[in-house]
Amino acid sequence: MADILVYSEQLSTAKELAYQAKEFAGALGLGTSAAVLGPDSAAKASELAAVGADKIYVSEDAALADLPVDVVAEALAQIAKEADATYVLVGSTRLGKELTGRLAQKLDAGAATDVNAMEVADGALLCSHYSFGGATVARETIDTPVKVFAVMPKTFEITTPTAGAGEVITPALSLADSPVKLVSKREKEGESVNLEGAANLVCIGRGFGAKEDIALANQLCEAFGAELGCTKSLCDWEWLPEARLVGLSGAKTKPNLYISVGISGQVQHTVGIGTAKIIAAINKDEKALMFGAADYGIVGDLYEVVPVLTEKLKAL
Amino acid sequence: MNIIVPVKTNVDTEMVRIKNREPVLEGVPYKLGDLDKNALEAALQLASEVGDSKVIALTVNEGNRKVKDTIKEALAMGADEAYIIDDPAALEADQAGIAKIIAKAIEKIADYDLIIFAEGSTDKYSGQVGPRVAEFLNLPEIGYARKIVAGGAGLQVDRGMGDYIETWETPLPAAVTVTSEINEPRICTLMNIMKAGKKPQTEWTLADLDLDAAAVASGKTLISNLAEEQARKNVMLEGTIEEQVDKLIDALIKEGVLEA
Repeated sequence: MADILVYSEQLSTAKELAYQAKEFAGALGLGTSAAVLGPDSAAKASELAAVGADKIYVSEDAALADLPVDVVAEALAQIAKEADATYVLVGSTRLGKELTGRLAQKLDAGAATDVNAMEVADGALLCSHYSFGGATVARETIDTPVKVFAVMPKTFEITTPTAGAGEVITPALSLADSPVKLVSKREKEGESVNLEGAANLVCIGRGFGAKEDIALANQLCEAFGAELGCTKSLCDWEWLPEARLVGLSGAKTKPNLYISVGISGQVQHTVGIGTAKIIAAINKDEKALMFGAADYGIVGDLYEVVPVLTEKLKAL
Repeated sequence: MNIIVPVKTNVDTEMVRIKNREPVLEGVPYKLGDLDKNALEAALQLASEVGDSKVIALTVNEGNRKVKDTIKEALAMGADEAYIIDDPAALEADQAGIAKIIAKAIEKIADYDLIIFAEGSTDKYSGQVGPRVAEFLNLPEIGYARKIVAGGAGLQVDRGMGDYIETWETPLPAAVTVTSEINEPRICTLMNIMKAGKKPQTEWTLADLDLDAAAVASGKTLISNLAEEQARKNVMLEGTIEEQVDKLIDALIKEGVLEA
């Protein structure tokens, strides 16, 4: 039986893909396979089985140790052939996007990346992803015999998982060492930030006139119990680390409450907040695009509004 | 070191307006991709660091009537020459087709040590083309570079992967994709813009690369490409700053996203 094969180097994403693949596989009359690659892979197989994988291909081949993209792509291409995969779903992380191009090329497959929605239509999988820098959403199908989709983490929510058969397979892969070698790996300086998981998010933009003024935003974050995010300009100016970037080239967030402060509302930013439950915007320009993307808007100078809002929140 | 930088001249996405959810592309100017400038800058810096180098810009025309003018910006930044693949069939290509065209052109140029791509294009941002070309040419590849230095086996590249920065080393020839963090692209001086017109530009069609329309035809079908429907409330709060803030807090409590 042909299969949907899923892979992500992030276990949480791999589980989301396996869970959803099981649903799609049911509708399309396919099986569900998962691949786990690199050191300590065997331990993850049961977790993928629990959310729906029927077959789990496990390889701890030494060539996969640092997950070099060329070797990961070769391993997945071999597994896709063994599993007779019609669809390959990978996580659209940085590694996953890079992998997608190489893997699709090996499989003579069309591919889509940054996919943020998928559905079954006319007996095939149809995907959505942003286009024109986020101004539009392209919906497309892939027509090559094998199709590769890189799906954004957290696109699928695991609600009521049904375990798959969970057969663990150790494929006989033929892998050569990559010419590209990992020399070192170090943690980025500064605190780690998880914007994707934040329940409340305050984002700031070019309305801030000086780096020191970010203190105002930090106080507001504290009052809201919010994480701080920003637009690309503030990263480019090195006022905030890239880990705090929200938007097309940064985090895609799903907060309950999102508040923008001094953000004009270019689509490159707003694609990162599209699924927020409530969006509030503070901007001194009543014509700011941001108000069109907001539920509630306050027109006013952020230097006046933010301290008042912070005080009133503290008093709640 | 000969460095090839494949660039895309795409519509200025900030100038794309939406009418009845449809993107309006008429009259929207084309420009060099934002991250393509970072790729060019990285190539120019590396070329001047190692000396005796050449930087070649390469583009596939995907609908830009003034592609020669747009590619001139790459030459004005400092690229030594440019190749333009101009063929109506390229308009129908998907990422696999574009990658094939670029790879065949690079094979024809033949004399290269490094290919530097942007991590993604400004308009579609799929990030597929660089890795696809690397695979097609069977080259080692490092994605998401934030720093490139000549050394070790060939190049050492730092890349940001979420919370980590990794340093990888690759022999040459190789392919690298860069992020915007890597540099601040230079601004072209008027003098260099004038000089750019005199730099060599070579135009090829698909036939020059032993390709035809069928070889690059898209393997994908676009069902629709529309702006999302806005389902936001767009309530503008009124009154003094104090009053607006009070109204916002009340609204957030009612929405259940703020605890009283």
